[in-house]
Amino acid sequence: MVQYSPARRLDASFAALADATRRGVLEQLGRSEASITDLAGKYRMTLTGMKKHIGILEQAGLVTTEKVGRVRTCKLGPHRLEEETAWLESHRQLWDARFSALDDVIEDLKKKEMIDGRKKRK
Amino acid sequence: MDARRESEPTPMKNPTTVERKSERELVITRTFNGPARLVFEAWTNAELFKRWWIPKSFPITLLSCEMDARVGGGYKLLFEASPEPKAFFGKYIEVTPHSRLVWTNEEGDDGAVTTVTFEEKGGKTLIVLHELYPSKDALDADLGSYDGMRETFDQLAEVLATLGPKN
Repeated sequence: MVQYSPARRLDASFAALADATRRGVLEQLGRSEASITDLAGKYRMTLTGMKKHIGILEQAGLVTTEKVGRVRTCKLGPHRLEEETAWLESHRQLWDARFSALDDVIEDLKKKEMIDGRKKRK
Repeated sequence: MDARRESEPTPMKNPTTVERKSERELVITRTFNGPARLVFEAWTNAELFKRWWIPKSFPITLLSCEMDARVGGGYKLLFEASPEPKAFFGKYIEVTPHSRLVWTNEEGDDGAVTTVTFEEKGGKTLIVLHELYPSKDALDADLGSYDGMRETFDQLAEVLATLGPKN
């Protein structure tokens, strides 16, 4: 297991996604699981080369692999970046809208306080 | 319809940040242009709370809101839902006027503990809202589906998209 750290994980994710082959592999795995041999064949790459790519995706948590017999099968990992980013963004929008409304409430309270303050001084 | 007061300049909106701090924690921060005692009041007075927790643009209706912001006191928010209203409730476990609020979320089995701190600096107040989930799975479940709220969020995102940038 890779140790969890949000910043490091993002770094690892972005590094992993900075390569066209690895993005292609993710897309492929989004459709179905595949063995490293399948993937190497598809990308006309050596087994060692594909293993390296899968290793990088695995470290970022974007892919998990499982060895059954002599075949290592790859599938999408637990860190579905897009989904999580989308969720965080919708969460942020919710709070942002909420806090805009809170801005208005606080402005009203400030005004009320100013008016009350003036009344008291009279 | 709420008429926007066009004659008044809109102050620069402060940014909201949301971060997944760890496997079990979500942290939201925001600065408000007012002293901590007013911001705190808006979080603990039910009448005020009702005015902002569910802004008008949200596709949900808050039917009622009760809060007894004292240690051991409870709160209950009732939302319109079918076939029957959905309640969100819990207890205040820490209430330090103008600086700190901690409450539980007890509507589900995996509810988070929410801590809000209010830090005043130069007439402005920084809010840090921290949600601690009982397990990684509980937060993941929220990240993945957020129960029925996922739909609400989607609807909300649509509504917000149609609002566009404010002129």
